[in-house]
Amino acid sequence: MLTIKNLHANVQGKPILQGIDLQINPGEVHAIMGPNGSGKSTLANVLAGRDAYEVTQGEVTFLGKDLLELEPEVRAQEGIFLAFQYPVEIPGVNNTYFLKAALNSIRKYRGLDELDAMEFLKLVREKMNVLHIDQSLLNRPVNEGFSGGEKKRNEIFQMAVLDPKLAILDETDSGLDIDALQTVAEGVNALRNPDRGIIVVTHYQRLLNYIVPDFVHVLSNGRIVKSGTKELALELEAHGYGWIDSLEPATV
Amino acid sequence: MNGELTLANETVEKNTEVLSRWTGTNPDQSDGPAWLYPLRREAGSRFIQIGFPDRHDEEWRFTPIAPLIDTQFVAAAQNSAAEAPGIGNFLFPEMEGYQIVFVNGIFQPGLSTIGTEAGLHISNLAHDINAEAALIEPHLGRYAAFDSQAFVALNTAAIADGAFIHVSRNTNVELPIHLLYFSTAGDAPTTSHPRTLIVADEGSSVTIVESYAGQTDAVYLTNAVTEIVVGANANIDHYKLQRESGNAFHVATLQVQHDRDSVFSTHAINLGSRIARNDSNAVLGASGIECTLNGLYMGRGNQLIDNHTYIDHAMPHCASHEIYKGILDGQARGVFNGKILVRQDAQKTDAKQTNKTLLLSDDAQINTKPQLEIYADDVKCTHGATVGQLSAEALFYLRARGIPVAEARDLLTYAFAADIVSRIKVEAVRHQLDLALLQERAIEGIES
Repeated sequence: MLTIKNLHANVQGKPILQGIDLQINPGEVHAIMGPNGSGKSTLANVLAGRDAYEVTQGEVTFLGKDLLELEPEVRAQEGIFLAFQYPVEIPGVNNTYFLKAALNSIRKYRGLDELDAMEFLKLVREKMNVLHIDQSLLNRPVNEGFSGGEKKRNEIFQMAVLDPKLAILDETDSGLDIDALQTVAEGVNALRNPDRGIIVVTHYQRLLNYIVPDFVHVLSNGRIVKSGTKELALELEAHGYGWIDSLEPATV
Repeated sequence: MNGELTLANETVEKNTEVLSRWTGTNPDQSDGPAWLYPLRREAGSRFIQIGFPDRHDEEWRFTPIAPLIDTQFVAAAQNSAAEAPGIGNFLFPEMEGYQIVFVNGIFQPGLSTIGTEAGLHISNLAHDINAEAALIEPHLGRYAAFDSQAFVALNTAAIADGAFIHVSRNTNVELPIHLLYFSTAGDAPTTSHPRTLIVADEGSSVTIVESYAGQTDAVYLTNAVTEIVVGANANIDHYKLQRESGNAFHVATLQVQHDRDSVFSTHAINLGSRIARNDSNAVLGASGIECTLNGLYMGRGNQLIDNHTYIDHAMPHCASHEIYKGILDGQARGVFNGKILVRQDAQKTDAKQTNKTLLLSDDAQINTKPQLEIYADDVKCTHGATVGQLSAEALFYLRARGIPVAEARDLLTYAFAADIVSRIKVEAVRHQLDLALLQERAIEGIES
């Protein structure tokens, strides 16, 4: 569903991604690991369409469309979801309203009827239970005053409601205690299905004990230097990120 | 040096003429109770001496009032049976509470709903300056500085009518009180000088909504002065809604006098008028006081909205909080000047001030100036001002969830203002303002 070819991207003129090749098929969970500055968050943000990142080379195809040509909102409407590493606080915008506006924008784009308040509430209630989201959280402004764990759970909750085709989790595990991590992982696992692709960007192998990936890719200096199955994550854990310096860039 | 002696005859004549034409009264004339006219006379003569501020006056530097001074105002017709087209838009039919209504400065019993309850007195000054002189005389004109402020002097010289609210000791008034000052279109531009006095005695609490509005497109000047006395341990929750006509001028002074352990909070919502100038001053003259001055200003076209706040921390262990937010579009201009004075005795002061302005167009502008003067050494004072566009982070977050960029901008602009509106505790007021904000941004379906 997603094909990335020779992707290069700059941040403030500095090259960060230096030739990424990646193929994601429906139903697959791919973990992308790498040390700080390796480009893993950049990759996540480039896919979501963040302005600050400049693609200088390469192509990305999502369900047959040139993803890089699409505005961020159209990417979301096409089915891409980025769970933010740092979810943004939006004072004054009620969480429920925000989510309803998002869902209905996506539905409208796909030619589906917009949900009314009752239908929406019903959907939200179902998803809330899975992620142990408290009702009061919904009535608060988006992410405002949320704890770190609440913010991350809210991201996964949004993902559950918006039902994306491709979910990209950008360091969703960072800063979570083990209980919060388990809740988040449960939420993600509940969303695994044969039609959905999931990219899990993480710094730590720990998350992958709970969300078991089909493939693991190790990123270093803006390139995938090693790809493998879930065992690669364990190997990496055993050796540390220093180990990858000795690796040659993976061949396509 | 006596300023009076150095004034040119020409200036005296001009100011005298303005005083008489704008106020429609002669302060020398001894109508009303004997205690009042010396005050009016003194204020009138102060106005003649000081005249209008000009651009050399630091406090008026960014607010040129030539368009106001050059308008040939006459005092509003003293016709208490005036028609008031459109006044219904500014009443709060869903609000359970009291309403006291003035049209062109004159009390309208027919439009007012003044119930009675123990410990609460709501009336109009024209009546009470005679009937309740003992309650009013100790306060009226004692706080707002007519000796140095031209518009306060004009208002004080013109004191005739306005609202008087007195809450007796330990009385908790549950229902909000809405004061509406409404202006109508006249044959010529008119002025009115609404005067409000609110006295909350020790241990009492009350909620006041003060509104200013006018007939669509009417040209007039509202020159308002409100004095509020917050007694010891008393609590006043105050709101001001300025929704004057787009051709109107609005100049207002809010003067708050705090006694010990009192709590005062105001939210000033400025949406209307061509030029608006608000001076909100609070004197924290005892310890244990908490004072909140919040505001929202939204300007478009050629509107100019100026908010000056001044918090005088005179005694220890007091807190003040200020958040002013503005949204300016078109060629609108805003001014925010927030002065906080922490006197030497005011140890343990906790003062926080924030001003945030969103500029929606290239031509909109804001002059923002925090002014902290601190003479005590054990205090916590912070201030911050931001000016700019919508947060790129927030915009991307909404777009990344599928919300189209134009809609996302509208939503964030709404949210920026809703942050202040959502703090309004009077449901009917909050709801009406929220709807207006949503309509302005064409946002549908928020029913929180």
